[in-house]
Amino acid sequence: MTVAESLNHNWQRFTPLQRLSRFGFYLFIAVALIASLRTIDVIPEFLYDAPEQMADLVSRMWPPDLSYVRPTLKGLIETLHIATLGTIIAIVMALPVGLLAARNVTPNLALNLFAKFVFVTSRSINSLVWALLFVAVFGPGPLAGTLAIAFRSIGFTGKLFAEAIEESNKGSIEALTAAGASKLQTLVWGYWPQVRPSFWSIALFRWDINIRESAVLGIVGAGGVGVALDTALNLLYWDQVAVVLIAIFAVVILAEIVVTSVRARIL
Amino acid sequence: MTPQEPPTQRVAFAPNWGARIGWLLLAIYVVYAGSQLGFSAERFSAGLEHGHRFLARMFPPNFSRWELIASGIVESIQIAVIATFFGILLSLPVGLLAARNLTPVWISWPTRGFIALCRSFHPIIVAILFVKAIGFGALAGVMALIVASIGFISKLFAEAIEEISLKQVEAVRATGAGFLSTLIMGVQPQVLPRFIGFATYQLDSNLRNSTMVGIVGGGGIGAALFTAYQRFDFDVVLAILIIIVSLIMVAEIVSGWARRVFQ
Repeated sequence: MTVAESLNHNWQRFTPLQRLSRFGFYLFIAVALIASLRTIDVIPEFLYDAPEQMADLVSRMWPPDLSYVRPTLKGLIETLHIATLGTIIAIVMALPVGLLAARNVTPNLALNLFAKFVFVTSRSINSLVWALLFVAVFGPGPLAGTLAIAFRSIGFTGKLFAEAIEESNKGSIEALTAAGASKLQTLVWGYWPQVRPSFWSIALFRWDINIRESAVLGIVGAGGVGVALDTALNLLYWDQVAVVLIAIFAVVILAEIVVTSVRARIL
Repeated sequence: MTPQEPPTQRVAFAPNWGARIGWLLLAIYVVYAGSQLGFSAERFSAGLEHGHRFLARMFPPNFSRWELIASGIVESIQIAVIATFFGILLSLPVGLLAARNLTPVWISWPTRGFIALCRSFHPIIVAILFVKAIGFGALAGVMALIVASIGFISKLFAEAIEEISLKQVEAVRATGAGFLSTLIMGVQPQVLPRFIGFATYQLDSNLRNSTMVGIVGGGGIGAALFTAYQRFDFDVVLAILIIIVSLIMVAEIVSGWARRVFQ
């Protein structure tokens, strides 16, 4: 090859295989989208008066019914308890499963896959559906809601926790093993100090999500501020709905501020 | 020779009293909150008995009404795909407007407020409002999930844009490129892989939520699930749950593949 020829080389960013798979991805998306748009059941007549209906909704919501503040606050406290307790129970359950999922702690493929299956099941069933199941078992009330939040959160916390364990540095673990530490001792003194920051960050992150999720569980009777919301919705008291929505918004924003500031301090 | 300091006693792993007190406070809170919510041993044992009967009625799963389940699942997938596409389409400009390194403060702060508003309400609440505004059906579910997607994607997209290296942007600008060309040639290549990551994550998340908006009338498999639940057909409920879990598993495999393609 002469110098001129090599200078003439046509540089390309991607290999043909990469381009082909990217093209395949775009094609897949396009086909899925077009197929969905063409076959979905939508009643266009409903769309025409949507702006009117929206305006009607807002006019019914304003002004908010301030007498509904008291039951809302009571429900809100219950929601906070559900979210916090649910997160704690989830973490207690997720820790052992997370250890089973981490390939460096549990070098057993069958157990790893079993733990992954637990995570996927926990995450794919929505918290409302978990709540339905627990309402059927424990009856309506915050107990069902707390367990729903807990079971729904196992997958998220456990998966991230297993990833944190897998990323931990081998050096200190080997040092502990060489000093004759037992399996439990390496966990407590070797892995725990390394994963502690990510542990707290995962816990806080999930708590933040759980506050949002637990605010709606009352719709299926699982306690919290959602019960107040559901009552107001069923009675069509939109001015009371507005109170609940404002309260949920305030708490969610507050929780986000708390989580951000605590994370900045511990990380 | 200086007098030797007596060796201080050092414990290899000193107890951390602050942490112990923290754990103790947490334990006290758990007991307090549990009592506030009315948890008791009797309720648990009664619940376990109910749970036994409940599980007995769930098994074996009943797939006999598979046509109903299939049409519900298909509608859920449609809702998820459409909501993800339009959610992402709307998130692109919103995320760009919220990125503090590319847009002036008086645009980025109101946009960030809008994103926070979209994020703070659970999709189910948004779905309830849309069911009121545009009636029952898949469209309400689609709209609710679009709002949820905007809240999630724009935030992460704005953060991704804020972390890009401005050197490449400057280099593209130095060639005389306009704003749009700078975005396409300077910003887009830097954020695309992460963006595909969020997008596939959001598709998974929308798929999960699309199985639920039916509970409040937003279309999809949730309606069939809720009807079966209310009629105590728990074996049908289990069948639907099995199908939802396997659907999500397939979706996770597909999105993992998409992320690898765009690495």
